[in-house]
Amino acid sequence: MDQTDQTDQTDQTGHPDQTPSTAASGASQPFFGPQNPGATGGKGSGLASWIFSTDHKRIGLLYLGLIGLMFTVALVLGLILRLKLMTPGSTLLTPQQYNAMFTLHGVIMVFMVVIPSIPASFGNIFLPLQIGANDVSFPRLNNFSWWLYVLGMTLAITSIFTGAGAPDTGWTFYVPFSERTTTNVSLAVIAVFILGFSSILTGLNFITTVHRLRTPGMTWKKLPLFVWSLYATGWIQVLATPILGITALLIFAERVLHLGLFDPGLGGDPLLYQHLFWIYSHPAVYIMILPAMGVISEIIPVFARKPIFGYNMIAFSSLAIAFAGSLVWAHHMFTSGMSDTAVLVFSFLTFVVAIPSAIKVFNWLSTLYKGSISLDPPLLFSLGFIFMFSIGGLTGLVLGAAGTDIHVHDTYFVVAHFHYVIFGGTGLGMFAAMHYWFPKVFGRMYDHGRAAWAFWLILLGMNVLYFPMFIMGLQGMPRRYYDYLPQYAPLQMLSTWGSWLLAVGLGLMFWNLYRGCRFGPRATQNPWGGATLEWTLPTPLPHEAFHHDPEAPEPYDYKGINPDG
Amino acid sequence: MTTSTGMTDKHGAHEAQHGPLSYRLLLGIWLGLMALTATTITATRIDLGFLNVVAAMGIASAKAGLVIFFFMHLKYENRLIKGMALTAFVILAIAIGLTFVDVGYRY
Repeated sequence: MDQTDQTDQTDQTGHPDQTPSTAASGASQPFFGPQNPGATGGKGSGLASWIFSTDHKRIGLLYLGLIGLMFTVALVLGLILRLKLMTPGSTLLTPQQYNAMFTLHGVIMVFMVVIPSIPASFGNIFLPLQIGANDVSFPRLNNFSWWLYVLGMTLAITSIFTGAGAPDTGWTFYVPFSERTTTNVSLAVIAVFILGFSSILTGLNFITTVHRLRTPGMTWKKLPLFVWSLYATGWIQVLATPILGITALLIFAERVLHLGLFDPGLGGDPLLYQHLFWIYSHPAVYIMILPAMGVISEIIPVFARKPIFGYNMIAFSSLAIAFAGSLVWAHHMFTSGMSDTAVLVFSFLTFVVAIPSAIKVFNWLSTLYKGSISLDPPLLFSLGFIFMFSIGGLTGLVLGAAGTDIHVHDTYFVVAHFHYVIFGGTGLGMFAAMHYWFPKVFGRMYDHGRAAWAFWLILLGMNVLYFPMFIMGLQGMPRRYYDYLPQYAPLQMLSTWGSWLLAVGLGLMFWNLYRGCRFGPRATQNPWGGATLEWTLPTPLPHEAFHHDPEAPEPYDYKGINPDG
Repeated sequence: MTTSTGMTDKHGAHEAQHGPLSYRLLLGIWLGLMALTATTITATRIDLGFLNVVAAMGIASAKAGLVIFFFMHLKYENRLIKGMALTAFVILAIAIGLTFVDVGYRY
């Protein structure tokens, strides 16, 4: 995060859009980004002032930096895996290296990128501002949660290079293999345990903040939908993550003390592990997707210049997803030998959770209907989200139906479904958030044309990469296999080409954002014409946002609000 | 905007209203917990079939309830906090219950 030094003061001239309020006092200096004329930039620019900061905006950016770093690492691992799978036969990697690599790709992406992605970065920055608060309820706990993330990340990386080799169990750490493998699983599960605590603290902080720090007049029906989605997410984080923590510890205890909890040889039950693991890890996919849905609910009405359609139902469906999503975990276990009664019950519950997800999609589309739409980059990424999430969601029903699941269980179909929902959904939601709030956070604007190009490349790349996996899955290609039959060769090749397209698109997007951050034109206060409270604040954000409790606005009423410039 | 000091004051008010819990009460609850522990151990020695699990879970829940309500002062908190704690336990109960949909019907 050394690019955060606030030394960028030379290019102030020629930007008349500077808002007068930013120059008011030292306390109002931007916390980041281009500084005002005459700012010293001395206070609060050193490394220590960042890593020990209790300012929610700085912690959000710290998270964003590390999440970006981890995303790049896991992305490179994914590209290498695809390269290995381009042709059949033993190429590029040994089987052991291949197993370790898909495990790490999963562990890093799930626990270090996707779960913290939107809540820990943009949630931290914008949740307090959208409800008119100057910070979260427990700022020091917030900083502590970032340090736990750093510790967990360090341990996970250490587990790759120490002990008897990198973990090779897959990100799910299924017993009995995870108890018996000699690779460094013990350290990896401890890392997951610690990362879980980081997530719990963030969720706890958000729940408390929403309950106690809303500005007067900000009733529950006036909360921005992003806040609603983070509130629902917070509950899952607090209630479900401890189960992951204890499960990780139990794996550790099994390995070290041979307690016989999961090992049938010692009287344990391996299915108990799968229950415990998925009681957390299925709700965890809602921790991943709900905040992205919140972002989409913010962006769509702003760019359609229309109030959100069905506010109550979108807010309610977030809670419904959080609740019903906690009751579907055993649909990961239809072929595991679980009782048929359980298969029936969990298949039914899985279909129930599709309802609130569909409510959201229909409400977004209804918001766009007859809107005055401007296809700016944030909206492009949001539309990409709807497209990809719909494919991912509907194929989820194929997996949720017990009959078809027997056929496609543990095939590429699952891999494709998961990546459509999580990368096509949460990933594009995260990119949409980055393009939407970028000017507010960094004080500058990126190039819109390049952003659109990057979007189309990413969308095309994702589909070329993952859609062939649906077909291969239906044809019976199992996931996690090192080699495959020649009949799959053409689609495997196509999928790898898709990964290159995707990589080029992502590279272009990050380069464009970096260029915008360093050299882009100064952003105005409200470039998109948003009605939520963060757009009433100067750009870039000042250290202290509100000197008085602001009035609670109607978050989706755009009468009289126009985009600046 | 409500600040965190507001919360502390409220908490202080609770303390003043009810006073600290008496040693007699705390000791009584501790003895109750010990008695329940003894019951748990005794219950494992009698073969009740599936009811063994129900007994163990029931007694454990009673013990947790005593700890949460008195040692952790939930009894003296407002409705919101009680509701939140209750939600957590209802979800936990549902999770355990749904797991038994598997375990209870395996063959």
